[in-house]
Amino acid sequence: MTQSLKDKLIILLLAALGAAFLVTFIAIEEQAEIFALLVFAGVLIIASAKLGLTDKISQSLSRNERLLNLSSIAAMLVVIFWFHEDHFPLLMIATVLLYVVACCGLNMQFGYTGVVNFAGAAFFGVGCYTAAVLGGTGTPLLLVIALGGVMAAIVGSILIIPVLRTRGHYAAVVTIAFGLLFRTFLEVNDTLGGPQGLPVSGMNLFGWDFNSNIQITENIEFSFYMNYVILALIMVILTFILMRRIERSWIGLNFDAVRLDETAAACYGINIKRWKILSFTLGNFLAGIAGALFAMMLGFIAPSNFAFSDSLILVSIVLLGGMGSIWGTILAAGLVVLLPEKLQVIQEYRFLLYAVVMILILLFRPQGVLPRNLRSYIPGWRG
Amino acid sequence: MEQQQETVLAFKGLTRRFGGVVALNEFDMELTNGQIVGLIGPNGSGKTTSFNVLTGIYEANGGSIEFLGQDITSWPAQKVYEAGVARTFQRSRLCLELSIFDNIMIGAHKRLNHGFMFNVFKRKALQQQIKENYDEARKLLTIFDPELADKMFEPVGSLRMIDRRRIEICRALISHPRLLLLDEPSAGMTHEETRELMDDILEVREMIDGLSIILVEHEMGMIERVTDKCIVLNFGQKICEGAYREVASNKLVQEAYLGGE
Repeated sequence: MTQSLKDKLIILLLAALGAAFLVTFIAIEEQAEIFALLVFAGVLIIASAKLGLTDKISQSLSRNERLLNLSSIAAMLVVIFWFHEDHFPLLMIATVLLYVVACCGLNMQFGYTGVVNFAGAAFFGVGCYTAAVLGGTGTPLLLVIALGGVMAAIVGSILIIPVLRTRGHYAAVVTIAFGLLFRTFLEVNDTLGGPQGLPVSGMNLFGWDFNSNIQITENIEFSFYMNYVILALIMVILTFILMRRIERSWIGLNFDAVRLDETAAACYGINIKRWKILSFTLGNFLAGIAGALFAMMLGFIAPSNFAFSDSLILVSIVLLGGMGSIWGTILAAGLVVLLPEKLQVIQEYRFLLYAVVMILILLFRPQGVLPRNLRSYIPGWRG
Repeated sequence: MEQQQETVLAFKGLTRRFGGVVALNEFDMELTNGQIVGLIGPNGSGKTTSFNVLTGIYEANGGSIEFLGQDITSWPAQKVYEAGVARTFQRSRLCLELSIFDNIMIGAHKRLNHGFMFNVFKRKALQQQIKENYDEARKLLTIFDPELADKMFEPVGSLRMIDRRRIEICRALISHPRLLLLDEPSAGMTHEETRELMDDILEVREMIDGLSIILVEHEMGMIERVTDKCIVLNFGQKICEGAYREVASNKLVQEAYLGGE
């Protein structure tokens, strides 16, 4: 068997395995079974790492990016259609996907350019509130999603002014302050519903109502969440493409140069402010569009959804997955959103658990679970 | 070879203070086309400070800097680079987690297209530009070390000190500068390595027409071998200027290095 055929089989096998794992994990309810499945998966991963399989697999993956991406989408579709009539699993999957989009935004800021943002939930919230306010006005809802992103970017351009004047910890404190202010602002603002929040009308695409179930044939009915999951998946795909293209371009190189050494970058003509503003704005845009769709899906939003702790969760997803690593973000978003939903035992201790995991990661694997690779501008091209 | 005597760089009364400390005091110097000038002096005498003021990292408190006939005294670092000044740093400042190619491309910044539309949507044209620049970077690096040129996509952090210096110099040269500032290129290297590096630099100067170099260095062998003239700084003041031989026998210079009285 040739190497390339082997590579392709490995990828297809992995995708199938991933889909099977996700379906089982989401479907089973018994706590002991879930726990056993997780232990099984953990042992499998550790064993293959010890046998040196993970290195070989990751080489196969990097040689066949296109197939990897396509089969991941296919696997995701299998999982989605498996649960086509179950509301709750679909809601969970859509939540994961929207977290992926928002965290990719943070990754653009933090992972690429090194601009910390502890107000991620606030920008997510700007998107939510944009959807809530514009939802009833008859604005086309795809446009509302885009406007959610634009609003987040505009609000971000206010925050960027103090962020550009500070560095490191001080910039972090500025964003924390902004996040807290944002929530307080929502709570005292009566036109935006105050502490009670606002209802959000559902998505409606060219007369296609997202909030009613889809009758396929007499016996098959799709949950209305299918609409949202599919739209969220499309958003993830577009975000992934954008992130990849940015990373594999001169813009990505400039971002890295700004993060790693501002002085050296300035001496080679790199305009620090320009690239910080671009990455901050793009990142907030992504958080905003994710928020807009999220609000439409939930149908109701309140200021308590956008607390500082939610921003921390977004940042910890980025750190857990690996700075600048897109696949890492996808994996970490899945873990952080799904685990507490499935393992009710840890529900109450989730923040404690997150904290412990964060400390362990920073101590033992600071580059994250799936570290970012060196930049290869053109896949498969090595000069 | 007869050089054209065009002035590339001129400091006039350049002064920089840090609080009460005068790091550069009324520093005058002139550099002509293709010249290599050695900047020497004890630690803290203002050598690196003059680089930092010249490249726009620090503002000058007095005096002026003229580069190719333009007054660049208050220009930001980015603009000084655009005008044709490239530098290396005393403690090598490469991006260690990035590949050799990435690091060299940072130096090529002014020739690359950084437009958002170009980078995100015109992938074909972008990839064409990447490949062209790859070829040039590789050609340049081959002059320094052919073996290194085969490792273009390996992280800089895994390389030896001399290789990092070579890459830093390539990063500076890829921008086609008119003036190259080398800040202690021999720091942390053996005599043999220093000699190798110097040969490379001289070879490159032959290739790039009219490239002037200012070299900050403690390694006197290197200064003697490559410089056309030397400037000695002490406590931010120029105490002597001339060919290496004259400078080395100057009494003031010996005092500055060995202590007076």
